[in-house]
Amino acid sequence: MRWLAQLRMRIEMLFGRGRAGARLDEELRYHLEEQIAENIAAGMSAEEARYAALRRFGNPALLREQARATWSWNWLESLLRDVRYGVRTLARTPGFAGIAILVMALGIGANVALFTIVRSVLLKPLPFKDPDRLVALYEHSADDRFPFNQVSGGVFVEWRKQNRSFSDLALLGGEEFNLTGASGQLPEKVHGANCTWNLISTLGVQPALGRNFTEADDQRSANGTALLSWGLWKRRFGGDPALLNQSIHLNGRLYTVIGILPAWFSFPDTQTQLWTPMNHDKPPYTMTQLGSHEFQVFGRLKPGVTAAQGAADLSVITRRLHNEHLDNPFVSKGAEFRPLLEEMVGDMKRPLYVLLAATCCVLLIACLNVANLLVAREAGRRKELAIRTALGGGRLRLLRERLMESFLLSAAGGALGLLLAFGAVQWLVHTRPDMSRVEAIHIDGVVALFTVGLIVLCALFAGLISSLSTKSNQLLLSLQDAARGSSAGHGHTRLRRSLLAAEVGLTVVLLIAAGLLLKSYQRLRSSNLGCTTENVLTMRLDLFGGRYNEPAQLVNFYASLLERVRALPGVEAGGFVRAVPGQGYWGDSEFTIVEHPPLPQGQAQYAINREADPDYFAAMGIPFLRGHSFDPNRKLDQANQVVINESFAKEYFPNEDALGKHLHYGRGIYEISGIVGDTRYSLAEEPKPIQYYPLYAGFLNNGILVIRAGHDVEQLALPVQRIVQELDHALPVSDVLTMDQLLGKSTLDESFNATLLVAFAALSLLLAAVGLFGVLSYIVAQRTSEIGIRIALGAQREQVLRLVLLDGLRPALFGLAFGLAASVGAARLIRSMLYGTQPLDPAVFAAVSATLLLVAALACLVPAWRASRLDPMQALRTE
Amino acid sequence: MGKPNDLVQGTLDLLILKTVSLGAMHGWAIGKRIQQISGEVLQVQQGSLYPALHRLEQQGWIKAKWAESETGRQAKFYSLTAAGRGQLERETSNWNRLSAAIDLIVTEA
Repeated sequence: MRWLAQLRMRIEMLFGRGRAGARLDEELRYHLEEQIAENIAAGMSAEEARYAALRRFGNPALLREQARATWSWNWLESLLRDVRYGVRTLARTPGFAGIAILVMALGIGANVALFTIVRSVLLKPLPFKDPDRLVALYEHSADDRFPFNQVSGGVFVEWRKQNRSFSDLALLGGEEFNLTGASGQLPEKVHGANCTWNLISTLGVQPALGRNFTEADDQRSANGTALLSWGLWKRRFGGDPALLNQSIHLNGRLYTVIGILPAWFSFPDTQTQLWTPMNHDKPPYTMTQLGSHEFQVFGRLKPGVTAAQGAADLSVITRRLHNEHLDNPFVSKGAEFRPLLEEMVGDMKRPLYVLLAATCCVLLIACLNVANLLVAREAGRRKELAIRTALGGGRLRLLRERLMESFLLSAAGGALGLLLAFGAVQWLVHTRPDMSRVEAIHIDGVVALFTVGLIVLCALFAGLISSLSTKSNQLLLSLQDAARGSSAGHGHTRLRRSLLAAEVGLTVVLLIAAGLLLKSYQRLRSSNLGCTTENVLTMRLDLFGGRYNEPAQLVNFYASLLERVRALPGVEAGGFVRAVPGQGYWGDSEFTIVEHPPLPQGQAQYAINREADPDYFAAMGIPFLRGHSFDPNRKLDQANQVVINESFAKEYFPNEDALGKHLHYGRGIYEISGIVGDTRYSLAEEPKPIQYYPLYAGFLNNGILVIRAGHDVEQLALPVQRIVQELDHALPVSDVLTMDQLLGKSTLDESFNATLLVAFAALSLLLAAVGLFGVLSYIVAQRTSEIGIRIALGAQREQVLRLVLLDGLRPALFGLAFGLAASVGAARLIRSMLYGTQPLDPAVFAAVSATLLLVAALACLVPAWRASRLDPMQALRTE
Repeated sequence: MGKPNDLVQGTLDLLILKTVSLGAMHGWAIGKRIQQISGEVLQVQQGSLYPALHRLEQQGWIKAKWAESETGRQAKFYSLTAAGRGQLERETSNWNRLSAAIDLIVTEA
C-alpha cells in the first residue's frame, strides 16, 4: 500500500506544510541537543560541547533546506513565494503597476471583445440541425449580370419537383404586415416573411410553443395561420401562452397563431418577426412565374451530396427551363449556391477581421508599452540585481521573477479587460441590434479560455522582451559604475528605443487604416445623391387590406393625403414615391421602346422602376432637364405618361430626342413626358437608368411619403402622422426618418467600422505618446551628468534642447518609416472596404505622418525642456 | 580505528532501512546505531542523514511517529513500512550482487 502512504504524505505536505516545517525544526533541534549531551558526557564544557556539536552538525539552515528539498509540492511552495514577492514588489510602486495594468486591460479587453464577436458571428455554426448541410440557392441570370439572383416561384417549383440532391427545398420572401387589433386599433407595421410550409422543418427547428406549419396550411383555400417570433410574442402579446390558437389581424385578414418560435431563433434576419404560408398569402400565379426574381431559396442537402453537386443538379434543371422558354429573356440559365452561414454573415467577414487585426495591433502596442515600463524599472534596480547575481542568484531565477511580475500585471489586466470586454459586448448588442446573428453574441467558456491564453502570451512577451536587456556580465560592471565625473552608461536605452520604434510603427499602421476608412466614409456620405437632402422628412406607408384593393381607392387616398399634407403650415412641398434615392435598388422591370425595332428573341431591356406623384420631383429637388412631369389631372387609365432620368435617355436614346417617344410597360403604353436629372439609388453606386411611372395609375400600394420644409422638418412628423390617422386610423406609419437619418442608416456599417478603427488608432497614439514621453525622460535621467557637463562647458540651452529633442525623435522617425512601409501592404488588404479612396492616398499618408510627428514632438518637449533647464551644479552632484 | 570512511551515496538508504527494520528509532539513534554496529568504521554525515530520512519517508518506505524519547522529550521515531521491507530486501540483494562482483575483480589473481 505504498501509494496510499505516498498519497497521505502528499496531502499532508500540501495542507500541513507549516506544521511539517515546525516539526522538522524540532527534529533537528533534538538531534543537536543529543549531540551536545554526548559531548558534555565526553567531558567538554557546555560551550565547547555546543560549538563542537554545531561544527559536526553543519549549517542548520542548509540542512533544513536540504531536508525540505525532498518534500513533494516544492514547486508549488516556490511558485506561491514568487507570487508573494511579486505582489510585494509591485505594491511598492503602485503608480507603475496601475498604469501597466490599465494598459494591459485596454489591450486585452478590446481583443477579447472582438474575438467574442468574431467567434459568435463568423465561426460558431448556425443553431440549426446539421447546419453544414444547409445551403442558400440562387439563380444565375441569363445575361450574367446577376450571378446570385433571387429565385422565381415557377423555377422553385421545378427545382423541388425534379432535383435529386436535396432532402428538402424551401422558399421565402420578405413581406410587410400591418398588425392590428380586432377593429383595427394599434396598427403596427411588422416585418415578416411568406414561406413554404417546410421552411422551419428544413432548418430542423421546433417551435417553442405550438406546432409547425403543415402542408395543409400552405394552400390558397386554407385558413390563415402564422408563426410568431419570441420577441413579437413577448412585446405585443405580453408572452401570454393563451395566444396560441387565437387569431390576429394581419393586413385586415384573420390568421390563427399556431406556434411561437424559440427566443434564439431569427431567420433570415433579425428583423423578421412573423411567418405565414406562401401559397395562402400569394396568388397562384406567383408559383408559375419564371422571370420574376423575388424569393430566397434554402435547401438541405441529402447525406453524401456536396453543395456543388446540388447546385449543379439545379443548374441542369434551370438550363432546361431556359431552353424551353427562350422567348422569355428573364429565365435564368443556371443555379449558384452559398453555404447558409456565408449567406447570413458573409459581408461582415472582412470588416470584422480588419477590426480584429486592429485590436491585435493595439494589444501588441500595449505589451510593448508594458515591456518598456518593466525595462525602465529594471534600470533602477541594476545595483540590486548585480549584488544578487554576485551572491549566487542564478540568471534563471531572476528571469523567473521578472516573468512572475509580468504575469501578475497581465493577470490583473486580463481580469479587468474581461470586464471591459463584457461591457463592450453589451454595448454593441445594444447599439447594433440589426447586425446578423447578434443574438448569438455572448461570452462563454471558449472566450474565457482565450482570455487566459492571451494573459499568458502577453506575460511571456512582455517579460521575455524586457529581460533581453540584462546580460549577466554587464551586471557586474554596474557595480563598478560609481566613478565621479563620468556619466552613466547607455544602460537599456537601445532596447527601449527599439521597443518604442515598434510601437510607433504599429500606431502609424492603425492611424493610416483609420484615416482611409474615415475618408472613405466621408466620401460616401457626401456623394451627390442628385436630390435635396436637407430638411426632408420621409415616412413609410404600407396600404394593405380590403380598403385598398382597387386602384381607384389607392389613388383617392394618395390624392387626399398629399392635399392635406401640403396644406400643413410649414410644409413647402410633399410627394409620394416607391423609394427615395439612397434607399436601395428596390427592383427593376422590363420595358420595350415602341419606336425602336424589336429586340432579338431572348434579349430584354429592363431598368429600375419607380412610381411617383407628379409633384414628387419638385419636392425632392430633382430638376427637369427637358419636358415636364405627369399631368396631375390624368388618373387611373388616363395616366399614361412616364418620366425617365438622364442615364436612361443616354443609354436607350443615345442619338435622338427621347421626349415624345413611348415605352411599352406592363399592359400599357406610356409617353415619355420629361427627362429628370440622375439620382443614385445607393450612395455607393453610380446612377443607373430609372423609369418613373405615375402614382395615380393606381398600381402602387406602399411607399415613402416625403415632406420638405424650410426648417425644422422634424416638427412636422407628428402633424403628418395625425393626418394619416385621420384618413385611416388602422394604417401604420413606420420608419419616420429625415433624409439624413435615412442615409446614415444605409451607411451604418461604414460609419461604425470607421469609428471603431479611429478609436483604436487614437488609443494607440496615446499609448505611443506616453511611451515616448517615458523613454525620453529616462534617457534624460541617464544623461543628467553628461548634460550638466555640456552646460558647464558652455552649451546653450537651445542646443541642449535640440540635442535631446532629436534624440527622442529618432526612434519616432524610425517607427514612422517602418510604419509607412507596413501600411503600404496593410492598406491594400482593406481596399475592398474603401469607397472613392485609393489605398495609397497621399493626403491620408501625409496627414498621419504630420500628426505623428506633432504628437511625438509634443511628447518629447517636456523632458527636453527640463533637460535644457538643468542646473549644471546639481546635475554633476547627483550620482 | 582508521579515518572513518565516507559512505557511498545510495548505500545510506540501505543502512537506514536495515537499522530501522530492527525497531522504531529516531534520527540521532539511527546515526549512532550505524556507527556502533559498523565498529565505528561508518560515520554518517549528519548533513545527509536527515535529507535521506525525509526522502525515504516521502517515498513511503518508512513511516514516522512522534513519541516520547528515552530522555523525556518528544522525538520523531521512524519505522519500516510493509513496502519498505520489500525495498530493503531488494536493496540488500542488489548490494550483495554488487559487492560480490567487485570482490571478483579485486581478488583476481
